[in-house]
Amino acid sequence: MILVFIALVALIGIVAGLTVFVSSAAGLFAYFALVSIAAGVLTVSLRNPVHCGIALLALLGHVAGLFVLLHAEFVAVVQIIIYAGAILILYLFVLMLLNLKTEERYFHRRHAWFVVGVGALTVELLLVLLTSQYGGAKGPAPVEVVEEVGNSMAIGILMFSDYLLPFEIVGVFLLGAIVGAIVLAKPPTRADLSGDAR
Amino acid sequence: MVPVSAYVTVSAILFVTGLVGVLIRRNFIIVLMSIEIMLNAANINLVAFANHLDSLAGQVMTLFVIAIAAGEAAVGLAIIIVVFRGKMATNVDQINLLKW
Repeated sequence: MILVFIALVALIGIVAGLTVFVSSAAGLFAYFALVSIAAGVLTVSLRNPVHCGIALLALLGHVAGLFVLLHAEFVAVVQIIIYAGAILILYLFVLMLLNLKTEERYFHRRHAWFVVGVGALTVELLLVLLTSQYGGAKGPAPVEVVEEVGNSMAIGILMFSDYLLPFEIVGVFLLGAIVGAIVLAKPPTRADLSGDAR
Repeated sequence: MVPVSAYVTVSAILFVTGLVGVLIRRNFIIVLMSIEIMLNAANINLVAFANHLDSLAGQVMTLFVIAIAAGEAAVGLAIIIVVFRGKMATNVDQINLLKW
């Protein structure tokens, strides 16, 4: 039942993201912000791990909506494709592969005092954030200039000129992660089990 | 026009939510999901300030963060599978072999 509800919320978020251009920005911001926070709280607090995964999907979809509101269309699409389409599916695969049972005691009850400290820290952080001025020198790419060539093309030009070295490093990092994951998750061979491997 | 402080506030609340998840949950997979929430909060911050300061550098950094998150998820889940094969548990309280 709750699974259906969360999936519905995720669907509504995707539809709202598509209609973002024809509606008021403030109302959509309120919707995306509130639902993403609610989905985050559900991800942390739900008991069944699969329900947590679905709540995380709702969070990712609504954060993508926030990106669209911030004129970062390419990042929003990448968020949907990579995060919701690849990373989250990986999580759900592992959850179903391991076939975890829902745990009876799933919180650290002994460490519940953490929450009090974190809550106090949050209140102070919010007070500081809401009273800040957010000045700073403006960069060379206001929204109107970017819209002329398109968001994806502007990001592509920047990524393959100024950020070429980080881009290549990320490529090597992903290769290392793939090889590492395959080597780690490989089933143990007979030689490994007998202890005289290599 | 939504002020940048509103986006930063949402980002802070999401980050704290993820932090609480890392601290109080016992299931290793949920802990990794909480880390994803924290990375998303950082992404909102980067994109909000990229929009506020008229620069695309924040959006490029967000793409790098998403790539790193993909690598982290792959390696983390591989480690979970290995540990689960040996101990039949994903509870972080039982995975304490390297604990000092």
